[in-house]
Amino acid sequence: MDLELLVAIFPQVLLDGLILGFMYALIALGYTMVYGVLEFINFAHSEIFVVGAFVGVEILLTFKALGWIDLVSPFLILLVVLLVGMLASGLLAVTVERIAYRPLRGAPRLIPLISAIGVSFFLQDAVRLVESIWRNAFNLVYPTMETLNLRFSLTETIDVSVKSLVVIVASLLMLWGLHALVNRTKIGKAIRAVAEDQATASLMGINVNRMISLTFLIGGAMGGAAGVLFGVQYSLINPYTGFIPGLKAFTAAVLGGIGNIPGAMLGGLVLGLLEAFAASYLSLLTGGAFGAEYKDIFAFSILILILIFRPKGLLGEVVRERA
Amino acid sequence: MRNARFRFVLVALAALALVLPWGAETPAQSKGTIKIATQSPLSGGQAALGEGIKLGTQLAVDKLKGPLEKMGFKVELVPFDDQAKPDVGVANAANIIADKDILLVVGHLNSGVAIPSSEKYKESQLAMISPANTNPTVTDRNYLNVSRVCGRDDVQGSVGAEFAKSKAWKTAYVIHDKTTYGQGVAEFFKADAEKKGIKVIGFEGTEEKSNFDPILTPVKAKNPDLIYFGGIYDQAAPFFKQAREKGIKATFMGPDGMDSSDLTKIAGPAVKGMYYTSVAGPVTVYKDAAAFAKEYKDKFKKDPEPFAAQAYDAAAIGLKGIEAAAKAAGGKVPSREQVSVQIRKTKHTGLTGAVEFDDKGDPKKAQYFVLQVASEDPAKWGDNKPIKTLTIAAPPLKK
Repeated sequence: MDLELLVAIFPQVLLDGLILGFMYALIALGYTMVYGVLEFINFAHSEIFVVGAFVGVEILLTFKALGWIDLVSPFLILLVVLLVGMLASGLLAVTVERIAYRPLRGAPRLIPLISAIGVSFFLQDAVRLVESIWRNAFNLVYPTMETLNLRFSLTETIDVSVKSLVVIVASLLMLWGLHALVNRTKIGKAIRAVAEDQATASLMGINVNRMISLTFLIGGAMGGAAGVLFGVQYSLINPYTGFIPGLKAFTAAVLGGIGNIPGAMLGGLVLGLLEAFAASYLSLLTGGAFGAEYKDIFAFSILILILIFRPKGLLGEVVRERA
Repeated sequence: MRNARFRFVLVALAALALVLPWGAETPAQSKGTIKIATQSPLSGGQAALGEGIKLGTQLAVDKLKGPLEKMGFKVELVPFDDQAKPDVGVANAANIIADKDILLVVGHLNSGVAIPSSEKYKESQLAMISPANTNPTVTDRNYLNVSRVCGRDDVQGSVGAEFAKSKAWKTAYVIHDKTTYGQGVAEFFKADAEKKGIKVIGFEGTEEKSNFDPILTPVKAKNPDLIYFGGIYDQAAPFFKQAREKGIKATFMGPDGMDSSDLTKIAGPAVKGMYYTSVAGPVTVYKDAAAFAKEYKDKFKKDPEPFAAQAYDAAAIGLKGIEAAAKAAGGKVPSREQVSVQIRKTKHTGLTGAVEFDDKGDPKKAQYFVLQVASEDPAKWGDNKPIKTLTIAAPPLKK
């Protein structure tokens, strides 16, 4: 075992884990917000995330075809792409709720869950169909923007690329924005009221349906933003890309305490860090006996341990009170 | 995972339902229908190569079905999509052996799919000729019905290691995709490289498809001369791209799974100049293949992907075998076992050279290439030139 190497790569692994963790956190918000309000797991959220990534790549490819990509500042382009991706994913989430979940609102809890799984499959193959007709492609690649690939050297072995910084800064801004929206505005108060008790909230003059749509809009937009950032960071996407990150983000939401917004952020970060450390260190620590392929087993074993001792998640589950 | 799998089976069945009913009607004078099946990924990330196998076979069937039609048979192609997934391949295989008209399978692309699927074919001795499966187990099971027209990974791995030694690379980091094919060839490369004095400073398997950061961090710290990726382009391309973005300067190398224009489409400049070994040379190295390439392009409006010519040859050998078996059966539709017996005896000079099978179904001599990626432009994938070409006999069966 090479102690020097372990220490030398530590900051880099920490950084990789943080980036992945922020990505999970952004996706996890979509699961947790919907759960907080409706007590139901929106399994189609991983596809909402992928749609954001695809909208992003389509805009970037269009910009590239028009030759704008080298003319305009890449940060401006990224901002536009992020906003459009968020809008598309948010609207899609609202539409899905209107079509597939709202008619089932009074039904037993398993029914909308199955509807959500159905929507998830439908969206996966819809994206695949559209892309194969439109571009005759399965894998799509985010165009390279040179400025974003520049790297700062922190030390001799550790460096960080501009796009990684963008991911971290954008995630922090959005998480902060969401936190402020939910806790400090009237709209946020209304959402929290609906989460606590729909009937009473509606007696207080809150439009429950509108608040639920808004929840889906915000959760979907966060998912879409995560999709665009995922594409910018890792560059390759396909219609099934969302499945694994979606599953992990759902786990992150449970880990943090489902329904709990700061919990989802914390859960995402913990999971991202666990995964990065497992993938980088397992084979170094075990002399190659356990390699990076065991990262998920390792990460999830730790999650099980945490949940044994804190079954409601790190920060506790937030569920509406029953009358 | 279960749900995803179940859905794939459903889609496969639906596709089958679309394919099967057609073509049931036969002309009055026909003595029966003979169907040739292909199995390769037609959807998903490896569809580019899989479609090449289907189209290569289709071209062969269209061009070479004459003798069988003269004998009064109707010859048809039935393509199956194995999605590069073992379970889908086996499910298709069950449907294939249930269709009594199918006398030959040309496929697969992935060894991990070919091996379990051919266990199904073996139940009825249905002949499978593989254009692309390089894992040794494919033929080392010594099945009468399983043959291939390409080389093997144990040889391919050592060809790679030999080349690495000739370049005087001292250290190598080996990554694989945990599939039968990828891990297999990576292990052969590792074993042989170590024998030749190259230090293998890391050996990692991963199913990850998008985020390679945590794997690349130790690679960068160890700074190897060479990174060998045992796997397929749809996973290797983002890996190489992210490796270069992280500032890793090692030379890249891989086996024949790298051989698709999609590698440069995804990874661009990152893979320019990288090396890969292959059992299938670019069409330009085969002297008879120019006409094939032109016909292929005229008919399907695209350049042949690697393994399309091999699929053409596999189908040609299969058709010859069926013809010989039909003659032996007195002009009637032969049994599957008769076809398998005849194929094993067939000698054929095809686009990719002369093929003659040994007892276990390997070509007695196979060609191996070391190629270099010439350009970052996917349209110029065909310009990749072989740096080294070797003809090596298949190793005998280990008892």
